[in-house]
Amino acid sequence: MNALSIRNLRKTYNNGFEALKGINLDVEEGDFFALLGPNGAGKSTAIGIISSLVNSSSGSVSIFGHDLKTDLSRAKSCLGMVPQEVNFNQFDTVRSIVMNQAGYYGMARKLATQRTEYCLKQMDLWDKRDTVSRRLSGGMKRRVMIARAMVHAPKLLILDEPTAGVDIEIRRSMWKMMQSLNESGTTIILTTHYLEEAESLCRNIAIIDQGKIVEHSDMASLLARINIEHFVLDLAEPLDKTPVIPGYQLERVTDKVLNVEVPKKLGLNQLFVQLSALNIKVLSLKNKSNRLEQLFMDLIDTSTAG
Amino acid sequence: MKYSIALRTIIVKEIFRFVRIWPQTLLPPAITTALYFLIFGKLIGDRIGTVNGATYMDYIVPGVILMSVISHSYANVVSSFYSTKFQRNIEELLVAPVPSWVILSGYVSGGIIRGLLVGLVVALISMLFDDIVINNLTITLSVAVLTATLFSLAGFINAILAESFDDISIIPNFVLTPLSYLGGVFYSVSMLPGIWQTLSKGNPILYMINAFRFGLIGVTDVNIELAYIITGGFIVLLASISLLLLHKGIGIKN
Repeated sequence: MNALSIRNLRKTYNNGFEALKGINLDVEEGDFFALLGPNGAGKSTAIGIISSLVNSSSGSVSIFGHDLKTDLSRAKSCLGMVPQEVNFNQFDTVRSIVMNQAGYYGMARKLATQRTEYCLKQMDLWDKRDTVSRRLSGGMKRRVMIARAMVHAPKLLILDEPTAGVDIEIRRSMWKMMQSLNESGTTIILTTHYLEEAESLCRNIAIIDQGKIVEHSDMASLLARINIEHFVLDLAEPLDKTPVIPGYQLERVTDKVLNVEVPKKLGLNQLFVQLSALNIKVLSLKNKSNRLEQLFMDLIDTSTAG
Repeated sequence: MKYSIALRTIIVKEIFRFVRIWPQTLLPPAITTALYFLIFGKLIGDRIGTVNGATYMDYIVPGVILMSVISHSYANVVSSFYSTKFQRNIEELLVAPVPSWVILSGYVSGGIIRGLLVGLVVALISMLFDDIVINNLTITLSVAVLTATLFSLAGFINAILAESFDDISIIPNFVLTPLSYLGGVFYSVSMLPGIWQTLSKGNPILYMINAFRFGLIGVTDVNIELAYIITGGFIVLLASISLLLLHKGIGIKN
């Protein structure tokens, strides 16, 4: 069964702006799915419609087979939503934020108390349970929103840029937490601007641009489409001029740093053989940009040109 | 009931909210009304004599109590729901399987409870200045509850349509307060010249204050049945508008 199914979804705002131009999207149960797109592409509108915060103009959305128009209550019960910006009452304590949300989902007090404790412990927030939420750090506030979204044990969890603006340590702990949730059976849809995050966590991906889905496939086959990879080489000795190696495009950034475009059909071995022959010793290499980032930019450029 | 837990959660949250900030919500009406009773009731009232057969203090106590119920039931819902909208934690309710009528009932119940609690505080303050024997408890309580319901609903609509904090203070300052003062809190409409009497009868608050006054001290300028019809009619109208606004997501959804 699909965790999420979207058919011909359109949204035109009152000012005439067409944010979604008839998108279709399927997310399978158990998936870890990336929904990517530049700012203003329509991601937030799509997520807003899925989570009942935005009215659609036409089209349909169903969550685990429950249509938002005809079976709203059941559809909502399957969904947990972690928004981009903090949206809880900052004068409430951490525990009351999560407990209240359990109440909105109709959970009896005893069960709500147990689930609140479980979720806060999962998010490493149990020690902060009686802290007024405005006193929490940014990372903790995001974890409160995840605990709140998880309290009714949703089958589908949407995280809208959950790691935006948090430090690398918290980001990595959130990655672990998301992977653990997914392994325990929760379907996850993630939107993020950190493409390495999407590449390392997600199995399937959709890219939305200008209100249309411009790519919808699994991550592996998308990455397999990359024909050229860009690397940065740190050299042991300085170079006077840019070396010429047939088949490869080299660019001297500084006297000890080279940028290289490596065609996939040629690979790296041949490059290193040629560099050795020119007596150029390489100390280290790294990807110039994230692989998905390059593809993402290519797809967005194509979409814009089209 | 399927949604009883969600409803109870909203009501309890609302009660905690106004109790937590009691110096802003419960204390000011006690001080203001004590001054009303002292200045208008005692110092000036003793020189006025009787109004429709009641001492002036007896006459103003019901009006002052109901005026407090009106302003606080309205203020509770308008400030709470607008803050919920402003801080975007309305989204907590919108993503959850909570129907519009539960959201409305929860916030309106919070407004009714605060309005009645403030009314009780003012009634207790009035006992320091006056001895009132309740004429009809059923009418007294039912008019207080219906009035609090009506103005909680009005506050809810104001909050939904408001786009700034200025918008939530315009109606209380420029509509509710004048209508309350002109609704016969401190005087009987029979004391007004002809045209002003007629105009006053177009003010719905006049009917509620007089019905409440009848319940408390047995004196009224209006027909009690008509007061119930007007109050009930407004409640049905405002509840329908509120539900329509919620259903369409006006002011709370894009």
